[in-house]
Amino acid sequence: MDVEILARIQFAFTIAFHYIYPPLSIGLGLILVIMEGLYLKTRSRIYEQAVRFWIRIFALIFGIGVATGIIMEFEFGTNWATYSKYVGDIFGSALAAEGIFAFALESGFLGVLIFGWKRVSPPVHFFSTIMVFLGSLFSAIWITVANSWQQTPAGFHIVGEGLNARAEITDFWAMVFNPSSVDRLLHVWIGAILAGTFLVLSVNAWYIVHKKHLEIARPSFKIALTVATVFSLLQLFIGHRSADDVSKYQPAKLAAMEGHYDSSSRADMYLFGHVDARHEKTSGLKIPGGLSFLVHGDFNAPIRGLRSFRPDERPSQVNSVFQFYHLMVIIGTSMIALTLFASWCWWKGKLFDKRWLMWIFAFSVLLPQIANQCGWFTAEMGRQPWVVYGLLRTSDALSKVVTANQIVFSLILFTLVYIVLFALFLFLLNRKIQHGPVDYGTKEHIEEGTKRDNPILEHDPDAIVIRKKS
Amino acid sequence: MQTFLGLDLNTWWFLVFGAVISGYAILDGFDLGAGALHLFLNKEQSRRIALNAIGPIWDGNEVWLVIGGGALFAGFPVAYAAIFAAFYVPFMVFLIGLIWRGVAIEFRSKEPMLWWRRTWDIVYCVASIIISLSLGLMLGNVVQGLPLNKDHEFAGNWLSFFNPFAIFVAITTLALFMMHGAIFLTMKTENRLYVKMHLLSNNFTIFFVVSFVITTLYTLLYIPHLSDFFKGHPGYFLIPLLMTLCIANIPRQIKKGKYRYAFASSAVTIALLLIMVALEVFPYLLYSPANPSGSITVYNGAASLKTVKILLIIALIGTPLAATYTSFVFWTFKGKVRLDEMSY
Repeated sequence: MDVEILARIQFAFTIAFHYIYPPLSIGLGLILVIMEGLYLKTRSRIYEQAVRFWIRIFALIFGIGVATGIIMEFEFGTNWATYSKYVGDIFGSALAAEGIFAFALESGFLGVLIFGWKRVSPPVHFFSTIMVFLGSLFSAIWITVANSWQQTPAGFHIVGEGLNARAEITDFWAMVFNPSSVDRLLHVWIGAILAGTFLVLSVNAWYIVHKKHLEIARPSFKIALTVATVFSLLQLFIGHRSADDVSKYQPAKLAAMEGHYDSSSRADMYLFGHVDARHEKTSGLKIPGGLSFLVHGDFNAPIRGLRSFRPDERPSQVNSVFQFYHLMVIIGTSMIALTLFASWCWWKGKLFDKRWLMWIFAFSVLLPQIANQCGWFTAEMGRQPWVVYGLLRTSDALSKVVTANQIVFSLILFTLVYIVLFALFLFLLNRKIQHGPVDYGTKEHIEEGTKRDNPILEHDPDAIVIRKKS
Repeated sequence: MQTFLGLDLNTWWFLVFGAVISGYAILDGFDLGAGALHLFLNKEQSRRIALNAIGPIWDGNEVWLVIGGGALFAGFPVAYAAIFAAFYVPFMVFLIGLIWRGVAIEFRSKEPMLWWRRTWDIVYCVASIIISLSLGLMLGNVVQGLPLNKDHEFAGNWLSFFNPFAIFVAITTLALFMMHGAIFLTMKTENRLYVKMHLLSNNFTIFFVVSFVITTLYTLLYIPHLSDFFKGHPGYFLIPLLMTLCIANIPRQIKKGKYRYAFASSAVTIALLLIMVALEVFPYLLYSPANPSGSITVYNGAASLKTVKILLIIALIGTPLAATYTSFVFWTFKGKVRLDEMSY
């Protein structure tokens, strides 16, 4: 395989793995802020235990998020040196801003969040929770701005030619608020909030199904359900705005998303289907003229099709873009249906009676995760063959000095490390969920512990010695 | 060219970058050092105290690496591209080390089984050692220079990174971090562990001084041009002199039991070492001895003037903010380590 495809696989793999975690931190951050706020207001032990439980899970997620995120910052330089030179002015500024404004805030206060219960007063701890949440939101700002600039570049001019061509900032704010930044940022934020919220829904639904920790699981489920309902609905509008931006600024990507080839005709909207890129034909269940209506408000308005782009300016994997996009939309819609239905049951006072509904929620954590990944694959594969839309081709963006062997070496290394990491993550997450939101060292915990054939308290180091002797 | 206080803006950004890297070396230096000496501690209780000494702050310390990476990417994109593409292999090893270090700290306490904790202890220690050595190795090669072509791209083989000078620098870096970490832990512990850390601090100080002297002698004998700057500017000899005094002050303060001063001295030592490196390489970011026209300086490797100005504004706003909450967190966790149910 050639260097380009290897470097792309490596990037896609490392970023997709990384992107499991930061959205969870953002969403959990919001839930933590809400729960700790309620705790401060009511001083109820239920909220306190819920907050402490979710902080432990937050710490686990954040740890892997940081570890895999640092790789990303340097992978631009290692694998995409020409790209780094080209966009250093712009992309680098956003990354630097992210580091100092967002990541420093988040990581700094994280220490207080996790270890500070006894060191600081409850309001100061609450303040730290808010700062960690804000830090994660700010991180998303700078990263999304940097990526949006690659989709819809603005506020720059090109200096130099060939290998030494570079984009230089002419207007910082135009660069930051490029045409797609705001809509995409909102889209990413909401996707992230849904990721975290559905984790909370899932875990609590699992407790409810198994009739465990009900006094904590029920109120937590209700809090998360409220947030999830509001944000899934909101995502419908924000997602539409993002698609609108794509239609204005990246017509080739839009055409690929719906498998639309013919410029003279109206464009259909598929519910699902398949694109035969070789014969330039799309088939499936469709709403005739649906895309034309969404873009122009007219079912018969023509939309620029893929055929009007030179073959080397079309996304190479049209069917993949189509499938990822449609999977995202289907999942988004089902999250709206699911949360609305559950809210209706809640209103009727029957929310926790339906075991099958709780079982669905127990697995619902996968929905936003898959949708988030699909959304990014649509955005990034739809942008091909460009790494910076219309300006720099992905094939020109590589590190000239890096060989295929080096990439294979690091790809194997990362794959192995990430597989182990993911297995450990699931193992520990599962243990924490099994353990549940009971405090360590309390009576319940000890009883729970004996049942699990594991009498050792996590905070009692001497217990290990005792076990070793026996 | 626009200047501020007599220095042009590119030089200012070089200083900011240097300050961030020094910040990283001083802050994460003691985390890495504590990790590298982790297996010298035998008891579960001691290991937990050592981990919890850095527990609440190591994440915040690692941020400075991220900021440094961003600062280099944004301000000197040409150097960023060249350095990381060239150091592909050692840098991947460094990154994988960072992953395992972080994961080991986070995961170790999550399960009580003996085998689980012993495994993570080893991962944590080995990862910290690898991170320190690879950092030092890359620093050594940057100081020495790399072969670059006219497009400022690396034109050598990665096996050449393992040259004697770079290896000496790598070992010195490890020794420096171990000394720094040992002093930090002495500051944070009490009773028997404190006595143990006291002894270890002394030993690692000796380890550092020996490796530092060997590296310096090797440099003076075999790579004399690296000291050209100081030969040309005798006034600056004050810096190595100051550094020698700082190093000498460390065992003195340890003996007196004033660990805060000892820690401050080793922090200043790290900063002065990096200042010497900066003076030696400036205005080059990456010097190419074989083909000097391929060298990357703070001018031909820099972003546009406008970007550098924007970056300086970002740094001016961001650094005080970051310093404020870093100090807040350090202040919250000041004093000796106390274990509670949320500890590692």
